[in-house]
Amino acid sequence: MSDTRVTPAGPDMPEESYAYSEKRTRELTKGQVRRARILGVVMLVLAAAVVLLLIPGTTGVATFDLSLSDEQVQLAPLAIPSTGALYILAMVLAFLGATQFFRGFQGKATIILGISFGVFVIAVMIWATAGEQFNLTSMLVSTVARSTPIALGALSGILCERAGVVNIGIEGMLLGGAFTGVVFGSLIGGWVGLLAATIVGGILALLLAVLAINFRVDQIIIGVVINLLILSLTSFLTAQLLVEKPEWNDAPIFPAIKIPILGDIPILGPVLFDQTIMVYAMYVLIGLTTWFLFRTRWGLRTRAVGENPRAADSLGVSVYKTRYLAVIYGGMVGGFAGAWFTLGTVGRFDEGMTGGRGFIGLAAMIFGAWNPIGAFAAALIFGFSDSLQQKLAIIETPIPGEFLAMAPYLVTIIVVAGLVGRVRPPAADGQPYEKQ
Amino acid sequence: MSTQTPDSLKSPDLPPPSKGRLFFTQLTTATDWRTALLIPFLAVVMALVIGVLIIMATGSSFSEAMNAYLALLKGSVGSLRAISETLTAATPLILTGLSVALAFRAGLFNIGGEGQLLIGGMFAVFVGFSITGLPWFIHLPLALLAGIVGGAIWGFIPGFLKAKTGAHEVIVTIMLNYIALRLVDFFLKTEIFQREGRNDPVSKNVEASSNLPGLLTAIDPALRVHAGLIVALLAAVFIHWLLFRTTTGFEFRAVGANPAAAKYAGMSVGRTYILVMVIAGALAGLAGTGQVLGVLDRATPGFSAGLGFDGIAVALLGRSNPIGVVFAALLFGGLSAGGQQMQASANVGIDLIGVIQALIIIFVAAPALIAAIFRLKTPVASTQISKGWGS
Repeated sequence: MSDTRVTPAGPDMPEESYAYSEKRTRELTKGQVRRARILGVVMLVLAAAVVLLLIPGTTGVATFDLSLSDEQVQLAPLAIPSTGALYILAMVLAFLGATQFFRGFQGKATIILGISFGVFVIAVMIWATAGEQFNLTSMLVSTVARSTPIALGALSGILCERAGVVNIGIEGMLLGGAFTGVVFGSLIGGWVGLLAATIVGGILALLLAVLAINFRVDQIIIGVVINLLILSLTSFLTAQLLVEKPEWNDAPIFPAIKIPILGDIPILGPVLFDQTIMVYAMYVLIGLTTWFLFRTRWGLRTRAVGENPRAADSLGVSVYKTRYLAVIYGGMVGGFAGAWFTLGTVGRFDEGMTGGRGFIGLAAMIFGAWNPIGAFAAALIFGFSDSLQQKLAIIETPIPGEFLAMAPYLVTIIVVAGLVGRVRPPAADGQPYEKQ
Repeated sequence: MSTQTPDSLKSPDLPPPSKGRLFFTQLTTATDWRTALLIPFLAVVMALVIGVLIIMATGSSFSEAMNAYLALLKGSVGSLRAISETLTAATPLILTGLSVALAFRAGLFNIGGEGQLLIGGMFAVFVGFSITGLPWFIHLPLALLAGIVGGAIWGFIPGFLKAKTGAHEVIVTIMLNYIALRLVDFFLKTEIFQREGRNDPVSKNVEASSNLPGLLTAIDPALRVHAGLIVALLAAVFIHWLLFRTTTGFEFRAVGANPAAAKYAGMSVGRTYILVMVIAGALAGLAGTGQVLGVLDRATPGFSAGLGFDGIAVALLGRSNPIGVVFAALLFGGLSAGGQQMQASANVGIDLIGVIQALIIIFVAAPALIAAIFRLKTPVASTQISKGWGS
């Protein structure tokens, strides 16, 4: 994934004043081989977990309904013999793990880890459904919906960090957007709520930009502060205002809009093309941002400023202006994403309702190697495990959903520990820039 | 931070000997006491002023806002009971503040206080309820030790990964916080932890022999301040001694000021990262231990209640100095205890305290803002602790 990046100031630039760029060699060092092996072991452990934890006691057929009841074309349910399927999935995991262990997937290791994680989640799903019946399509519909704030939160982080400003205040931006969205949505209307949420995200990003770029305050501290400030402020305002005026906390929910023709495709139709406008906006934003970042002059400058601000500056790019624009755009995406929690689902605000989704977005950003498409893929996997976890919470399984809920965080630690390939943040990420 | 160094020293290029000497003198010079006290004081004042504006923005009058602050003051120092509540709230904040401050000194940003606190608390609760029949002078130290070990394990992971793979401690600790949160949810529903006859996730109560005894219960059994306060103060003394009176502490600060120069001087940077995170984790674990053995008597989901994050504010306000941390924790403890009173008698929600705390961090971390508002002439530099993860 990281291969698609065009770095204007590549790793071969002279290094005397670039304190932050470290020379990286292409050949595998001993350490890299060892880390590749560790990753292989992780995947073999997943395979063993399927065999030892999921297979014993699992019998019967797992039946997955593939059509929603209101669809015209009804597909026959998919009946999968659970034990056999679990053995096959365990073999796939074991094969991937062994290949990784002995040969290594190198650059593709992140994708392979994503696939292994997906396979494991599918195994858990089959195990939970053995002897029962459940609607796969409806779960995929909720997967796409649930990945929306995660993918957009990740996109918000990508925009800031590609320009060299670390944003761990995504959670605060989501929460701020959710709150403003519901208040303005209740008082004036859904679209105004969406706009207000976007603006509030932009204002929070402006705070981040001013403190990080002009005052050169530690960017991690600002992120922590934004999270604390918004969590407390929204809780305070909820208790002081929304409790007394419940009509301020009752916003219209955006309905699902079916796209003609595309929406009638079995499975894919309802999953991808019968969603709310926020999901469609996510598709557009992911596509647009990818195009912007990698195909336009603005994107090239943004990435240059995030990789090597000094060089970009000497070529006449305004580092401050570029960073400001990227951070504010990122914040607006974050605020918009936050509106999903209220206007996209329940229409009311609860204290701390984002429940760490901003940090899962941060995880998706890292897992996706600071690339919008990669982050979207990661968000889908995390959204899938999120939906499955809700499902498991209802059907009371012996292995509880907490472990699925933990998985995105674990996977992220594996990724940042460099156990997979070369996931690398922008070189000047988190470095304040001082014009000389 | 007193560990500010000129930009020329921040480069990993090895500094020439003369600059090296400069760097070691800077390590030992004391900070200007005026900036050390003035900026935090003005930061608190500014935050309180903005707090009034926020209260008034929700439709209260100025006098109602002043009433709220009066209640805040009464609830924090207005009576023996209020003081006891302030000290009770300050106890875990001293420890999480020390945890963050120690890491800051070594150039690490420990956002993982929440997770370390939870794991430490769970270890302590387990020892507290599972062992019976021991006298208190064996059981209590054992439970405290368990909490220290639990926190240390959760601190070791990011330290080890940082040292061996360069994984940024901020990302790893954030992720570990959430893993810890889910682990606690899970274990509280297992037979080992869950209280008999309960369906909700709540642990068994700890034995009386592992309770941290109340300090003022002789006067009034309702006074909650407990012996954990003494543990916390001892920890502050220990960290001060460690940082400023031992070779190990000197290495911590040297690595924090300039890892490349420290390596050049023959110190093991990786070993320092691991050791610092283990101690920082142990301190946060002890904070969780104090909560479960002294206040709650049991573990419930998310009993960390943001104390780990508050530790960041405490460490910043206390300028990463153990003595400063104790005073900052007392202030924040007072705010939190007074906030209860403010909510009860002035009908202003306790979440305002969180807003004020966040504002305090902004002003302390960006002293240039304060300097601009009050037209100070003192030169001030913004706090830079984390190294950014662009390696």
